[in-house]
Amino acid sequence: MKKKANIDTSEKVIAIRGLKKSFGSLTVLRGVDLNIYKGENLVVLGRSGTGKSVLIKIISGLLKADEGSVKVLGEEVGELSPKELDALRLKIGFSFQNSALYDSMTVYENLEFPLIRNVRNLTRKEINVAIEEALEDVGLSQTIHQMPSQLSGGQRKRIGIARTLILKPEIMLYDEPTAGLDPITSGEINNLINQVQEQHNTTSIIITHDLTCAKTTGDRIAMLLDGQFQRQGSFEEVFASDEERVKQFYEYNFID
Amino acid sequence: MNKTDTQDGSKRVSRINRFFLDLHDVFLFVVRIFKEAFLPPYEFKEIVKQCFEVGVKSLPLISLTGFITGIVFVNQSRPSLSEFGAVSWLPSLIAIAIVRALAPLVTSLIAAGKVGSNIGAELGSMNVTEQIDAMEVSATNPFKFLVVSRVIATTTMIPILTVYTTMLALLGGFINIHQHEATSFQTYFTQVFNTVTFTDVFASLAKSIVFGFTIGAVGCYKGFHSSKGTEGVGKAANTSVVLSMFLIFIEELLSLQIVMALIS
Repeated sequence: MKKKANIDTSEKVIAIRGLKKSFGSLTVLRGVDLNIYKGENLVVLGRSGTGKSVLIKIISGLLKADEGSVKVLGEEVGELSPKELDALRLKIGFSFQNSALYDSMTVYENLEFPLIRNVRNLTRKEINVAIEEALEDVGLSQTIHQMPSQLSGGQRKRIGIARTLILKPEIMLYDEPTAGLDPITSGEINNLINQVQEQHNTTSIIITHDLTCAKTTGDRIAMLLDGQFQRQGSFEEVFASDEERVKQFYEYNFID
Repeated sequence: MNKTDTQDGSKRVSRINRFFLDLHDVFLFVVRIFKEAFLPPYEFKEIVKQCFEVGVKSLPLISLTGFITGIVFVNQSRPSLSEFGAVSWLPSLIAIAIVRALAPLVTSLIAAGKVGSNIGAELGSMNVTEQIDAMEVSATNPFKFLVVSRVIATTTMIPILTVYTTMLALLGGFINIHQHEATSFQTYFTQVFNTVTFTDVFASLAKSIVFGFTIGAVGCYKGFHSSKGTEGVGKAANTSVVLSMFLIFIEELLSLQIVMALIS
């Protein structure tokens, strides 16, 4: 069970109102409303194709919303200029489903990439220290000179998280952090997500359909059904529902 | 008119619509390349890296092909010229053929196969595995970093490779002529340089700049817009090569008309 986090409910880090998004004739988000508070880990649950990843891509500005308002750290994402959006993105860490490590670069170069491009006047020594610290955070210092192709799935996920942590983000967005991993490695990733929240005081959105991940990492669970958040609350509150689809979701997951 | 005719008709219209929409996308893509190439920040390190990838790594293949082109061209031309007793014109003939057409074409076609497919596959796979998105969320402009640097690299390196191919093809031609006609190195190259005009050299370089831009832009466009999935990566690599080669031949034809108009 997750330790109680230090959540400041007076400070909304992300505020979403009436968010709608369609792809051609397929509508995935049908008026989403959501608040995420400082220091909170929010888990978004839902079946594949329900728009969970679309939601965090809109928050990070990778996709544009059709309608509605998305405020991140007080700024309306859809109205920012490219320069302002880049400045906001430095405060957001995005951990991709497949890690998205740059294949042609070593682990060191992967971590160096966002740092040297966004933080000016760093000495080589400062860069090395930052990279070593980020790798220590995820427990993978020994992989520093390896290529992504030499790493296991779990290691790739961790390095992906380390790459986002190097810029010390205020918000972390995790897209299916445990997808495709064995239960033990999934457990390690879940612990890492909690460790990041504690050490860096980040606010996180965790997209998953793994209930173990949801229970271990989430301070609050929001369930996306029919393009809207229809159930929100603690893990127990959400799954106390009699609704067939929620029960099905629970029953198809193996959970203690 | 029956229902099948109506469906065929609307399919044709949607295909035509898609063609023009694609053309519009390509136009915007090319405009963006020019715009972002001149605006700071400049990705010098990545441009140098890509120049190395395009230029140095293509050298062995280009060297061999250029050299063989010279030998084969001389071999194939000798019988025709000897019928008219004009074998002594071989150096002039090879000079014109290599400088005006063969060197830029051979270099660009080889580069389209090697570099174009590489760019298409690399960017396509980066797109599929969300590496381009990862670059964007870390506040790096992926278009400038990936596309502009590659297009600049191909646009600058293909003309340099063309000059290199020209020299090797002329050398290959010399070896063949020297073996058969015992022409000296000095005589051969004097005749070569007396034949080639400034317009020939200028046209050759101008053409290879256009070919280089085409290879880079097509590879990047196809890779950057590849559909998700491994099939999309293969398709991006394949269409990069086919489309680049097709456009190179069209551009060759157009440049020939322009050069002929200039000369006349």
